[in-house]
Amino acid sequence: MIEFVDVEVRYGDRVAVTPFSDRIEAGEWVGVVGPNGAGKSSLLRSIAGLVDHGGSIVVDGRPLSGLSDRERAATVAYVPQAPIIPDDMPVVDYVLLGRTPYVGYFSSPSRRDRDVVADTLDRLALSDFADRMLGELSGGERQRVVLARALAQEAPILLLDEPTSALDIGHQQQALELVAELRSQQPLTVVSALHDLTLAGTYTDRLTMLHQGQVVAAGPAAEVLTAERLGDVYRVCVTVDIDDDDGAVIVVPRRGFPMPTEGE
Amino acid sequence: MTDGSARAEVRNPDLSASRQRRTGDVGWFIGGALLLATAVLVGASIGPAGPDWWLVGPELINRLPLISFDTGVTDAEWAIIWKVRMPRVVLGGLVGGMLSLAGASYQGVFRNPLVDPYLLGAASGAGLGATIALTMGRGETITWPIDPVPLAAFAAAIVTVMVTYVVGASFSGTRSATGAGVTLVLAGVAVVSFTSATQTFILQRNTEVFREVFRWILGSLARARWADVLLVLPYVAGAVVVLMLHRRHLDAFRVGDEEATTLGVSVARTRLIIVIAATLGTAAVVAVSGLIGFVGLVVPHVIRLVAGASNRRLIPLSFLIGAAFLILADVPSRMLSNPAETPIGVVTAFIGAPFFIYLLRTRRIA
Repeated sequence: MIEFVDVEVRYGDRVAVTPFSDRIEAGEWVGVVGPNGAGKSSLLRSIAGLVDHGGSIVVDGRPLSGLSDRERAATVAYVPQAPIIPDDMPVVDYVLLGRTPYVGYFSSPSRRDRDVVADTLDRLALSDFADRMLGELSGGERQRVVLARALAQEAPILLLDEPTSALDIGHQQQALELVAELRSQQPLTVVSALHDLTLAGTYTDRLTMLHQGQVVAAGPAAEVLTAERLGDVYRVCVTVDIDDDDGAVIVVPRRGFPMPTEGE
Repeated sequence: MTDGSARAEVRNPDLSASRQRRTGDVGWFIGGALLLATAVLVGASIGPAGPDWWLVGPELINRLPLISFDTGVTDAEWAIIWKVRMPRVVLGGLVGGMLSLAGASYQGVFRNPLVDPYLLGAASGAGLGATIALTMGRGETITWPIDPVPLAAFAAAIVTVMVTYVVGASFSGTRSATGAGVTLVLAGVAVVSFTSATQTFILQRNTEVFREVFRWILGSLARARWADVLLVLPYVAGAVVVLMLHRRHLDAFRVGDEEATTLGVSVARTRLIIVIAATLGTAAVVAVSGLIGFVGLVVPHVIRLVAGASNRRLIPLSFLIGAAFLILADVPSRMLSNPAETPIGVVTAFIGAPFFIYLLRTRRIA
């Protein structure tokens, strides 16, 4: 369980996230949506310990600020929007980096560390790639490898910052299906920033919409993703359809909305 | 884990591969050690005076405890081997190994392939220190208990790097580790320019020490004695131990400061530890050998091109290969000694640059 109490992120004078409070239950998948610069990444980065934040983030009763870097890495795994991929690193070594929080100064990765890596590679269908160099992989394969490294951390919380932004529609779906499948196999709390609203609504349990650092809506996709709100927040013209069969929320862009004015 | 047997099936393909890789590491280390041993033997065997070169190997074995046979090497000849050549070989090994290891570590910790161990001011600081010592010591007749030049060079190198670190840290005030590495490199550029300018200013007002300073800057192992070896040994040994312990952290640095942080690496602290270790070692060897270029920048790259970029392999190999390279580079430097010895820095660049270009042309570049 993650509890946010008045979490605030500032860069100098600029406020990226205004005091944010929420409670994410263990095993939930929460999607964070909002236009560029809304504060999605900042919120995720505050959980990952990459930016200073006000207020407190408490995971299972323990404040994150009180954890050492290694303890935090064993609690929260983070997949950045644009991961740095060393081209000449073998896949297995890259995934083994996920075991960093568990390997002591004076020791090498243990048998268990190697087992976890082998197991993770297997689950993500990457075993055949183990000895390939990262530079030889396609975009979709890379995304899986980055996810594998995060999973190897065996952290109960997984943060995904725009995990699908560099992928085509097929690979977007594959990546999110994979996360959904992993959640069915192990207890995993997922917080992901997502651009594609239809995908966000389809895969997550609930959505939090940020705009200029503030929560403007939160709840089930059907309540958050209304045409009127999207028009206000994103300055777009969309229609929102609810599928009769499964209740999926489908956001369809339409032509004919005036361009947003500068400094709106 | 209690379900070990259940997992056994799954992990087989990868585990065998990773075992192969580890065996591969050991193979590379043995290869590096053999190359170093060969370099030591060559370095001990060749020189302008002394016994025939083929007698040196057997004589070294003869001098081991519990082994005794006659090689025909006289005591005078042995003195040349043991008191003249061996300190030079051992010191060359320590200097070359340290510079190469420090270069590999700096390159890793700053994620920058163009970085060498002199980046944060160790070299320019040492140069300034030596210049000051040589200028002030000019015309003095007092005999110092130890040579003040290396001492001044060492102290100035440490102080300079500390200044760089303080300046760099004061700019990147945020807790976020991002960009701290870049700021530090830029601070290094500023501090190096400043110390070099100061050195030039002092030199220009004391032109009579110009030759001496220039000779020191070019680097030499010519006056190596066992005392020099003992002087640098603790620093080099300490640096080697610390950097070896951090080779896995250096692999985490390869995905950048931010991701390393999320993997549980205390980036700022780890970088500081690595920089301190690499700098202390570099300052110590620079103090006794002068500024030998090329080794710290290029030897790690050669190893990456040949043996792969993993720091698990790179860090130990850098020391072994760097040591072997400098010992071998010192041989022609000794032989081309008319009228004066060829500075070893010139030899390292002469041999190393074409070889490096050859590697760049033939190997896939990452």
